[in-house]
Amino acid sequence: MNWLAIKSIYISEMKRFFRTLSQSILSPVLSTVLYFVVFGAAIGGRIQEVGGISYGAFIVPGLIMLTVLQQSLSNASFGIYFPKFTGTIFELFTAPISFVEILIGYVGSAASKAMIIAFVTLITATFFVDLQIAHPFWALGFLVLTAVSFSLLGFIIGIWASNFEQLQIIPLLVVTPLVFLGGAFYSADMLPGFWETVVKFNPVLYLISGFRWAFFEVSDVPVGVSLAAISIFLLLCISAVAWIFKTGWRLKE
Amino acid sequence: MAPIIEIKNLTKTYGSGTHALDHVNLNIEKGEIIALLGPNGAGKTTLISAICGMIKISSGTVTVGGFDVEKEPRKARAQIGLVPQEIALDIFETVWNSVRLTRGLFGRKPDDAYLEEVLKSLSLWDKKDAKNMALSGGMKRRVMIAKALSHQPKVLFLDEPTAGVDVALRRDMWDVVRKLRDSGVTIILTTHYIEEAEEMADRIGVINGGKILLVENTATLMQSFGRKTLKLSLVEPLAELPASLSDYDLQRSQDGLTLTYTYDTRAERSGITRMIADLAAASISVRDLESHQSSLEDVFLTLVEETA
Ligand SMILES: Nc1ncnc2c1ncn2[C@@H]1O[C@H](COP(=O)(O)OP(=O)(O)OP(=O)(O)O)[C@@H](O)[C@H]1O
Ligand SMILES: [Mg+2]
Repeated sequence: MNWLAIKSIYISEMKRFFRTLSQSILSPVLSTVLYFVVFGAAIGGRIQEVGGISYGAFIVPGLIMLTVLQQSLSNASFGIYFPKFTGTIFELFTAPISFVEILIGYVGSAASKAMIIAFVTLITATFFVDLQIAHPFWALGFLVLTAVSFSLLGFIIGIWASNFEQLQIIPLLVVTPLVFLGGAFYSADMLPGFWETVVKFNPVLYLISGFRWAFFEVSDVPVGVSLAAISIFLLLCISAVAWIFKTGWRLKE
Repeated sequence: MAPIIEIKNLTKTYGSGTHALDHVNLNIEKGEIIALLGPNGAGKTTLISAICGMIKISSGTVTVGGFDVEKEPRKARAQIGLVPQEIALDIFETVWNSVRLTRGLFGRKPDDAYLEEVLKSLSLWDKKDAKNMALSGGMKRRVMIAKALSHQPKVLFLDEPTAGVDVALRRDMWDVVRKLRDSGVTIILTTHYIEEAEEMADRIGVINGGKILLVENTATLMQSFGRKTLKLSLVEPLAELPASLSDYDLQRSQDGLTLTYTYDTRAERSGITRMIADLAAASISVRDLESHQSSLEDVFLTLVEETA
């Protein structure tokens, strides 16, 4: 393992993040505040409690997951797309590093950034609601697994994309709807029967449910099922990446 | 001593079907400067890309320092520094950080003193904290060179390094390259400026249509392929060439005041003595003589045309 190379990629990516720290942090903080104003205050005034939890607190895990998904995807896809775009990717091909090392560097930094922003979102949320996390280690575990899996997915998107539109289309067309239909702002059993069945096919539901369980010990699906779902997703992403690695897809002529 | 780079039967066909390299065989000796000359699309960049591991090899083998570039890529690549034809820099990054990143990617421990030396030798030290986007084109190209040197490579590839670099800087750059060669670094460069190859390289390889047409010591090449011309300035204008001189390859200038005699240095006899005697016999008096060795450019064009 060329650890120095991994460290170099990681540090250089994190530097980029801290260079634009105010922008990186401002937008998730702002959207968290907006969600609290719109969902928490407006809707929360009508829905008092969900499963014994105040509506304001109920939406916090979903909001954090939303942030982590979006940040992981955009950071990782942009992280590897940018050197492709500027041409500096030639350096990664000519340096004595393997694809695995490149992956650890980029996915590691993208997941770290997403985690930092998740914490900022959590802190912002505490200004609006009282929060207690029942199982902090489970919460952290779900967060890490999600950040890593979606950073892997983002990495794949970044390698696949050949222009900026493609870079944004998957997060926009697939991920955002999945999050909104994933029970971020409601419990699945609040939906009419048919829709309750449909959303069970949404992988994001399992993430949010598991994460919410770590906070409040209430969930749409058993926490073990959530853990299995996220693990399967992680494995799928790893297999896709391994295949790209083997075939040199979109990377080497 | 074993060559530092050994290329055997290297063939590359791109996905589009272009045969960019066709059974290339080439040995590059340690510590030499070799120039690859060839017209646009000859396959120079493809050859470099194959050695550096940027493209998949279709068939054949390449070893660098004894390590096969496909079987032991890490060991092969660790020895190589590459300055690609196209400038590619992270424009938001500073010069200093760019150079440090490359060193790290090659698995080398930070060595700021060495990097300072590299930047100074390329007159970039005062720009070290500037962002890449704030540099001129020539400076960017020098940053590319600094990055390639950041990890102390044994072999340096320069793919058209002087494109867009002004004359004074070009001279500085060649000084840097010569110093590197003197310190034992092997240098492979491509250029469209033939004078550069002639001036810089120990050996010259001519490549066209994906084939190496010839590899030769620069001096030998100049000699063996050189055609010479002899310019004769006449005292009186000559209206037309006398029949007695029609056997010689002589060109009369428009004003009739100069005759140009072309001869091959490869031929056993230049024929000069006999021609001058015949001139005297025809009562043509010569005021001055000037001989001229044809440049590598002529050599190169002749070769490429012959194979076209
Ligand atoms: N990525 C690619 N895909 C398909 N064909 C390519 C690719 N890169 C180069 N070629 C083709 O391979 C041939 C050799 O190109 P190459 O870039 O090696 O030439 P070159 O000698 O470096 O030319 P130049 O002096 O213009 O830089 C050309 O016919 C070119 O069109
Ligand atoms: Mg080229």
